Amino acid sequence: MIPLSGDIPDSKGAICGKIDSNSIVRGTSTLKRGFAHMLKNGVVMDVTNVEQAQIAEEAGAVSVMVLDKLPSDVRKAGGVARTASIRIIEEIMDNVTIPVMAKCRIGHMYEANVLDETNVDMIDESEVLTPADEYHHIWKWDFTTPFVNGARSLGEALRRVEEGAAMIRTKGEPGTGNVAEAIYHIKKVNEELRTIKSMYDSDDKQELVKMAREFKVSYDLVEETAKIGRLPVVNFAAGGIATPADAAYLMSLGCDGIFVGSGIFKAEDAQERARAVVLATTFWEEPDKVKEAQKMIDERQSLLGLDVKNLDLKMQERGSTV
Amino acid sequence: MSKIQIGILAVQGDVTENFLATMASMSELGIDGTVVQVKTIEQISELDGLIIPGGESTVIGQMSLVNGGLKKIKEKIESGMPVFGICAGMIFLSKNSKDKVVGKVEQPLLDVLDVKIERNSFGRQKDSFEANISMDPVGISSFNGVFIRAPSVSETGSDVEILAKFNEKIVAVKQGNILATAFHPELTRDISLHKSFVKLVDNLN
Repeated sequence: MIPLSGDIPDSKGAICGKIDSNSIVRGTSTLKRGFAHMLKNGVVMDVTNVEQAQIAEEAGAVSVMVLDKLPSDVRKAGGVARTASIRIIEEIMDNVTIPVMAKCRIGHMYEANVLDETNVDMIDESEVLTPADEYHHIWKWDFTTPFVNGARSLGEALRRVEEGAAMIRTKGEPGTGNVAEAIYHIKKVNEELRTIKSMYDSDDKQELVKMAREFKVSYDLVEETAKIGRLPVVNFAAGGIATPADAAYLMSLGCDGIFVGSGIFKAEDAQERARAVVLATTFWEEPDKVKEAQKMIDERQSLLGLDVKNLDLKMQERGSTV
Repeated sequence: MSKIQIGILAVQGDVTENFLATMASMSELGIDGTVVQVKTIEQISELDGLIIPGGESTVIGQMSLVNGGLKKIKEKIESGMPVFGICAGMIFLSKNSKDKVVGKVEQPLLDVLDVKIERNSFGRQKDSFEANISMDPVGISSFNGVFIRAPSVSETGSDVEILAKFNEKIVAVKQGNILATAFHPELTRDISLHKSFVKLVDNLN
């Protein structure tokens, strides 16, 4: 009934907390996935310092994601991109009331441990940073802190959910200011969901088993997903979003919310743009409001952007086959 | 008796979950009514009851201010419309709120529930917890409380009835037509709280 369903049994991820005067439990699937549910219809903004985090909060961001460099700068800088400075993360946590997320490298269990100890509200195991393990993602069930992972297809999303991700963001191509890849991937995931839903509705178990083999995940997870016809966790769009119209379009494709990376703080009108993207995400169903939001920004101040076809580095490909 | 209409404020947060829990409550109670997701002044003005869902109170407040929704909701509550605020919704209803760590933050509030709120009262996400809550004043002796970066009530006005406490902190209150909880009944399969809200709306109609 509640779309938190798809609940993989709590025992897989539950960690018993300390016993107070009453008995309590922490780190359950309900709490981890539930946290992501509270972000729905919101915008998560990439930030690199307190000032940007406060601009984001004032603009109506639902959460901030702390990075050392914004994705477009990661792209330019080359080298190895790692988790952000703990001191900066803590400083941001002390200065905004909204949840604070931070990224760790794919498969880097101890960057994740460090972020968990820092008490960030969610950890993003992200392809924007340089992968630390080409063959494994982090086993996320063992953490009390919830994780979000990127995915380019339904199979990739379900593999991450099976590892304990409490939230998915469909990948775009980070740091490009080009929304094309984000649109392509959300449409792809939607189409795959429709396909398995129709298999479920026509009670074709054999085809569902084939899909589970193709996705390289358990049959139960595929069946559960097929039954509800959507991902069993909250799904945001990410990668290349630069304008209010970009955000509104992705919301109309059925995303639960938006991550904006370089699109805001690499633009010259960050403050106005942050506000405008939130407005367009909230009121995406009302064309006049989206127009108002789009009018708040100046296209001449947008992140110039990159054509995805000419890129040497495709971040989206990182970790997607395992 | 006319058909009741309950709205879920669909600005930001877990709207769908409350929508489903309210639908299920109506059908279990056999009450004839509709549940709608609302955002605009026009939609809000038609309601007999409103649920303000969990989410981020700063966002729900700011975005409700944009289209005049905030003013309309306040007007409706003051003229007697029952309202149920959950977590961020409870903060949004309050007269006064401050964050446990950051302190006072400027955020738009409805200013109708006579309480002071401490935001993020139990800590950050890692400290989020589930625990058994009893709300005897509304006849619910045991309820699975899902607390996610939850607020608590630090002071109450004289008209405010305390429905539940956890570890000495006030986590559910009622003031006339206003019901508010720091925890998320919509994330459980127990719809008893949503049912009691639907009954409250139905009785007034």
